[in-house]
Amino acid sequence: MTAPTVPTVPTLPTTPRATGRGWLRPALRSRRFAAGLALLAVFVLTAALGPWLADDPNAFTADLGQAPSGAHWLGTTQTGQDVFAQLVVSARGTLLIGAASALIATVVSVVVGIGGGFLGGLADEALSLISNVFLVIPGLPLVIVVSAYVKGGGAWSTILVIALTSWAASARVLRAQTLSLRTRDYVLAARVYGEKRWRIVLVEILPNELAIIVSQFIFAVIFAILTQAGLAFLGLADPSHLTWGTMLYFAQNAEALTSGAWWWFIPPGLCIAALGTALSLISFGLDEVLDPRLRVRKVSP
Amino acid sequence: MTALEVRNLTVDFPQRGRVPFRAVDRVSFSLHAGRTLALVGESGSGKSTVVRALSRLVAPTEGEVRLGGARRTRGKEYRRAVQMVFQDPFASLNPAHTVGHHLIRPLLVNGRARRGADAEAKAQELLRSVNLTPADDMAHKRPYELSGGQRQRVAIARALAPGPGVLLADEPVSMLDVSIRLEILGLLDRLKDERGLALLYVTHDLATARHFASEVMVMYRGEIVERGPSDEVILAPRHPYTQALAAAAPSSAAGRARARAARAERLAGRARRDAERREVVVGDGCRFRPRCPYAMDACTRRPPETEVGPGHRSLCWLRTDTKDSVVDSSA
Amino acid sequence: MSDDADDVVLRAEHISVTYEGERPTHAVRDVGFELRRGELLGIAGESGCGKSTLAYAVARMLGPPARLTEGRVVHRDRAGAETDLLALEGEALRSFRWSRLSVVFQSAMNALNPVTTVGRQFDDIFRAHRPRMRRPERYERARALLDMVGIDPARVRAYPHELSGGMRQRVVIAMALALEPEIVIMDEPTTALDVVVQREILDEVQRLRDDLGFSVVFITHDLSLLLEISDRLAVMYAGSIVEYGPAERIAADPAHPYTQGLLRSFPDLAGERRALRGIPGSPPDLREALPGCPFAARCEHAFAPCATTPPTLVPLAPGTSAACHLHTVARTGPRPEEGRQP
Repeated sequence: MTAPTVPTVPTLPTTPRATGRGWLRPALRSRRFAAGLALLAVFVLTAALGPWLADDPNAFTADLGQAPSGAHWLGTTQTGQDVFAQLVVSARGTLLIGAASALIATVVSVVVGIGGGFLGGLADEALSLISNVFLVIPGLPLVIVVSAYVKGGGAWSTILVIALTSWAASARVLRAQTLSLRTRDYVLAARVYGEKRWRIVLVEILPNELAIIVSQFIFAVIFAILTQAGLAFLGLADPSHLTWGTMLYFAQNAEALTSGAWWWFIPPGLCIAALGTALSLISFGLDEVLDPRLRVRKVSP
Repeated sequence: MTALEVRNLTVDFPQRGRVPFRAVDRVSFSLHAGRTLALVGESGSGKSTVVRALSRLVAPTEGEVRLGGARRTRGKEYRRAVQMVFQDPFASLNPAHTVGHHLIRPLLVNGRARRGADAEAKAQELLRSVNLTPADDMAHKRPYELSGGQRQRVAIARALAPGPGVLLADEPVSMLDVSIRLEILGLLDRLKDERGLALLYVTHDLATARHFASEVMVMYRGEIVERGPSDEVILAPRHPYTQALAAAAPSSAAGRARARAARAERLAGRARRDAERREVVVGDGCRFRPRCPYAMDACTRRPPETEVGPGHRSLCWLRTDTKDSVVDSSA
Repeated sequence: MSDDADDVVLRAEHISVTYEGERPTHAVRDVGFELRRGELLGIAGESGCGKSTLAYAVARMLGPPARLTEGRVVHRDRAGAETDLLALEGEALRSFRWSRLSVVFQSAMNALNPVTTVGRQFDDIFRAHRPRMRRPERYERARALLDMVGIDPARVRAYPHELSGGMRQRVVIAMALALEPEIVIMDEPTTALDVVVQREILDEVQRLRDDLGFSVVFITHDLSLLLEISDRLAVMYAGSIVEYGPAERIAADPAHPYTQGLLRSFPDLAGERRALRGIPGSPPDLREALPGCPFAARCEHAFAPCATTPPTLVPLAPGTSAACHLHTVARTGPRPEEGRQP
């Protein structure tokens, strides 16, 4: 008498998954997650408390192009504006654009990816086609072209442009995952006991994709911030909306690089890199917690 | 009372650039309340496809499935009446939800409970009926906290939630540890008696089929090759395939010396490289022909289903006991 | 097959394996066994009992987080020279592997490389271990091995997906025998296959043993199968061996209540219908320390010492032992059969 048994390759009993209640404490055990979260918190707090932390970034002072000093912690720009103040206020601008773009992109990718994956048939074919078209078109040129058209729409045009060019990759990933989940026995069981289709997608399938969605969202934020910086640097963003990218734009225009005014262009660049790192650490840390196999293990002696 | 009647059920799966693959070929049978019918077959026999067709996860290409004598059954009513227990306890529960959720949803969807306290109470009642106690505790657990046996009990409770008259159990214990299989099968048996269910027990294990089912059907490559009372079919199999299955099962009643002798006989009787033989695709005749030790010319035509004993039928040209070599091929 | 108790080809002593983690799991606890030349030693147990971990430990295939915390595995060649397997490193270990000891893994038929032909995979084995073999020779040997396991030698050019599950498993067995090892460890080699194919493959393995004379450690949950094919067998539960001895004796008179319960869980195909029951409850959590007998919670014969004192393997007859207090208590306690409910 034989039967296929569950694989008896030895596996660790899994620790409780970090979904549902009480996910924060196990997540904090991952050093990467904790570090990333701490760093992100610094930026978020800075963005929130911006106006109270620094002086008016747009105020022109008499100290033109000064290196960092007691009065101006990060020096001044060519026109006498306080770099530190600009940096702090830019945090808000950058984070807002990053979060908003990522949110819109993620929502669209969820609807297209999961919807298409579950519906199958013609709907899936159509949605797939749309995703593939957006994927195939080169990102940066598209962004540049569209930005050139809508320049002047302020922060929102940047947000929409970035969201438009970044949703497709995530949609593909979610579609693949949904296709896989659709044939799971618990989904089939829900069909057999008569659950409505939309409820199956929302209640049975979506919760199992949360981990991927969160991960995609985090990377979408990173992508949005970097793209925004690139757009701003190229002069395609609204210069009156202060972000680290626009700071770099102005710095470049004022030839800060060649004149050696490192205090103007290095801090914004570092901040972008640091924020990106923080988000990456959070994402990897979450992966570790959710999938024990990815945990960093000391090699046994 | 006939709970479910299946007539000429046929399921084809389209294949790219080729003739569709016929997974189930004109299968007919009935399920009766309070009785268990075992469907025995290896993987690839089509038994899982039969279950999927009966639970409407797969659309039949031809044939009829009638519920309790009615002509056609509306989807909602059918789903309430026919439920399924899946094979893999580790895949049939949603890891994102509690045990309670798995029971409350089918209760609500099928109008068997009202939202809130009523649903929770009925869910706990279901848990008690499958011996998962304390029910209140269990309802709040998540699947990863349960053992294989416990998960399968939840799956059974979920299948019972809509109040079905027919329960399709697709290899319900083959992925469980040996020592708990009998407990779960015993549970199904008890529930069948208590609730008057018509149980279809799909398995590849002849021994449990014999002990838990009153009637057995043996499937091979989409066809039912033998059917009848379980003792008859398993202890006195008439179709060569059923004979091969019975001979292949380990039996502790056979002594080791006898097992060794049987093995020597098998090896002597079998040509080398016969692992190839099962790969042969047959035309219209008997599908077991490439592997059958008694294959004859007559077997190139599809054999009729012949009565070989009271209620015992076999899809084979051999009319008499195979030990005599008298064969009536005049059909 | 040698009955000579001195003709031991592999001996494992005091093997313990732990899976490191926040709460370490003691998967194998002080296990020892002997494999004689030419014999088939069965290791029976359900999921989580440690049988696969034990096999991997003996074959030096454990990886982190699993760690062998104590034990010796000694190989004796025909001349009597002993090698401590756990001390082998680098080149010595590599040449030992597969030429003296090979492994057939569970679902090994899914472990064949899908992008190379079967013949090429045999080729890899020969090139790794027999560098002096020339290509025509390797090719011929691959064909001969396929023929040996009942597959048409022309299939040497086939890709794994072109073969059925049963045939792939035969290929894997042929690969394990390619270098004519003395020991083959098989971990659930036929579990994923159909009953009839399983029977064919087991017949083939028996025949090969008769022809080539290698020893087999056969690991499976199917105790009824082991009783048929093993010479001696060990029953594992919760990381330890609870019963050990000749298969005939265990089949006729199982001494440990777990063995009895396990046997009872296999309804007889041809026997009388009887009230069927398995073993209630489930195995203990191996992350905990287990005071007393690990089977006590599920045992219908549990009495005073079972909760507090862990039983050790006690010889009941020459070559047979069981770890159960029913047998250590001065034989005045009830024999297991008497206490059993009908």
